Amino acid sequence: MALEAIVERCRNLCDDLSFDCVKQWKSAGTSRKAIGHMPVYVPRELIHAAGMLPVGILGGGDQLDVIHGDAYYQSYICRIPRSTIELAVTGRLDELDGMLFPSTCDVIRNLSGMWQLKFPDKLVRYFDVPQDFDLDVGGVFYRRELQLLRDQLAELGGREISDDDLRVSIALYNENRCAIRELYAYRSAEPWQVPTPEVYLLMRAGMVLPVDEHTRLIHDYIAAVRAVERPVRDNCRVVVTGLFCEQPPLGLLKSIEMAGCYVVDDDFMLVARWLLDDVPTEGDPLKNLSDAFITYSVETSCKYVPKREAKGKFLIESVRKNHAEGVIFASPSFCDPALLDRPMLQKALTAQGIPYTAFKFAENTGQLQPIREQAGTFADSIKLWSAA
Amino acid sequence: MNTAVTNSAEVQKEDSMLLQKAMISANYDALSTAHEEGRKISSTFVPGNLNELLMCFDLVRNLPEINALQAGMRKKSGGYIMEAERSGHSEDVCTYVKSDLGMMAKGQVGPNGKPLPTPDVLLLSYTGCFTFMKWFELVRDEYDCETAMLHVPYQADGEITDNMRDFVVMQLKEHVIPTLERVSGVKFDIDRLREYLRESAKAEENLVWVLQSAKNRPSPIDAYFGGVYYCGPIFTAFRGSKQTTEYYEALRTEVEERLEQGLGPVTPEGVLDEERIRLVVEGPPNWTHFRDFWKMFYDEGVVVVASSYTKVGGVYDFGFRHDPDHPLESLADYCLGCYTNHSLPSRVNMLCNYMDEYEADGFLVNSIKSCNSFSAGQLLMLREIEERTGKPAGFIETDLVDPRYFSPANVKNRLESYFQMIEQKKAHGDAKTAA
Repeated sequence: MALEAIVERCRNLCDDLSFDCVKQWKSAGTSRKAIGHMPVYVPRELIHAAGMLPVGILGGGDQLDVIHGDAYYQSYICRIPRSTIELAVTGRLDELDGMLFPSTCDVIRNLSGMWQLKFPDKLVRYFDVPQDFDLDVGGVFYRRELQLLRDQLAELGGREISDDDLRVSIALYNENRCAIRELYAYRSAEPWQVPTPEVYLLMRAGMVLPVDEHTRLIHDYIAAVRAVERPVRDNCRVVVTGLFCEQPPLGLLKSIEMAGCYVVDDDFMLVARWLLDDVPTEGDPLKNLSDAFITYSVETSCKYVPKREAKGKFLIESVRKNHAEGVIFASPSFCDPALLDRPMLQKALTAQGIPYTAFKFAENTGQLQPIREQAGTFADSIKLWSAA
Repeated sequence: MNTAVTNSAEVQKEDSMLLQKAMISANYDALSTAHEEGRKISSTFVPGNLNELLMCFDLVRNLPEINALQAGMRKKSGGYIMEAERSGHSEDVCTYVKSDLGMMAKGQVGPNGKPLPTPDVLLLSYTGCFTFMKWFELVRDEYDCETAMLHVPYQADGEITDNMRDFVVMQLKEHVIPTLERVSGVKFDIDRLREYLRESAKAEENLVWVLQSAKNRPSPIDAYFGGVYYCGPIFTAFRGSKQTTEYYEALRTEVEERLEQGLGPVTPEGVLDEERIRLVVEGPPNWTHFRDFWKMFYDEGVVVVASSYTKVGGVYDFGFRHDPDHPLESLADYCLGCYTNHSLPSRVNMLCNYMDEYEADGFLVNSIKSCNSFSAGQLLMLREIEERTGKPAGFIETDLVDPRYFSPANVKNRLESYFQMIEQKKAHGDAKTAA
């Protein structure tokens, strides 16, 4: 498939707020079911093993006119829950047979209760993950939570989810993780070849496509983009952080690059990059998923960092590994996790002499000029410091 | 302005309030001198507060939320918050956190005017509020002291599962207790814990009796503005102590006397003479203008007969008591049962129950900008409760300790309109009954 056609397809999937691709997937079989999930992390392997389609629900973006959603939330609460409610009450999520709400923050947590009140006939599950990272304590709790989810999905689907079903799904998601790692490594090595808005759209496509189809799409994209030569610009290299839940408008990502920054790492769609390595396909699959979560998952603002000295280490490692020259904190307005974490991460960066800049956005931010100017000034200052 | 109270020139305080004030002062003094006396200090939060466990290690207990609340009442929090914002903390996040950090930046002077020493251990019981987790990461970053983390799972489906309870107990056994032993140098004694839990249960029994006295007409208490005083000792550094048991015995006696005499609640301006409207209130109060806020209610003869805020440090009125026969499991159930750890449907059910049991005329939400744990979803809760009970609901917005978010004229205006609506609805109902 040609590069433009791949990007166009991803763009269409991202813009499709009626979730037609989910409807199409379901219409291919009479008993097919789709399960929505909010950011940041749910074990999609379990949904897949139940024969269901995991569907990432990431709010309404900048194209949705929020009419009803604002009646559910005070002005000081972030944007993603109000546009998500808007999607639901306007029937756009009717194809979903259930919704999972991960333990991202109090707003997403309480949205699970709102779903229980508004949609009592659907499967609604708040998915708690441990903040205790001891295999024998948090790991035991998490395994049982995984088993509970497995039982609920089995009941909804009307069939058992066997260990072998799970192993097949884990293997497919390992392939997907591997493809994403390849994509990110390629962008880090040659960021002019792999513009971040395209990476974003590819990752978004993975929120609605079946996992194997998404893996193929990434491979196709990499092959197609390797076949073209794109101009190298004199941009600085930055890591962007804070985009793990409420989504940035695509224009914001374009603005950052146009302002002179190559994004060499980010925290988009962390559900797909949560586990930093493959999950073993031998042995007890739930234990394997649980151990992977406990021992090698990403650090993000939704997680507790047990050791003071480890705070910010993950971000600093990303800067070092990707040879980034600075960090952009792009935090959604009223996002407690991102905004509470920011001063600690900034302090850790300062200690390492890594420059940063910070701004806030909302999914429907329309005025991108100030962000472009800020990112441009940041890029210029990095160039000046580098020259010195 | 209607005046429904017997005016008094001096601020009126119940004896129990004076007793509590003495307890709080003594605790702040103990904090100030703890290190000089060779004692260790813990910091912890109100919801999921494991006071009995901390007492087992002879730790002096500091509660940052209470410091922030005190700073709010003493008009200091505004400056603290701005100090924190100047050093890079977002204007969007919890003002308790910023008040605490600002207080630290400005010399960490406690409400008693003396410096509060650095804690030796942070007990992060992450109950019902995500912000707690980040708050103590921020505090740990400043103090560089040990932190014991207790993740309390959320009661999303309205029940405590075995997995939730086991997880909390396992964390207590494997991580929390060993950390407290190491920091304090005191070996854990489960029988000592049982003794404290036995005291807690006695105090809880009397607290519930006091809160439920509001079912009477007139109510002898205000279960929101007065209620925050009543739940003070049990929610903070005192639950499990004999002193607290005595406090609740004294409080109960005081309320029993008022009940016998058919008296209303004691307000800062005296006893409320006429109870015109009975309300259930959801959400924390504002602390920076606490007295002005309360006055907006009692001036109109409005009594809060039940509130969710008085359940934030523990829900006792549906039967839970600390159980000395199952000490760690009981601590787990306590943490899991705190109000904001309940799902929205459970919260709606609880509030509808209050509307019915306490014969309330209306339901009011005081929505707090700082607190997503309480606030996210309150507009849907309001509609559900209005629909289920048929009683009028009202909505106001303030903040915990940020004076910039308390607009007295605006709040008063809204409240007065709401109270008028209730009275009209009541009059209409009375007329219909008479007909």
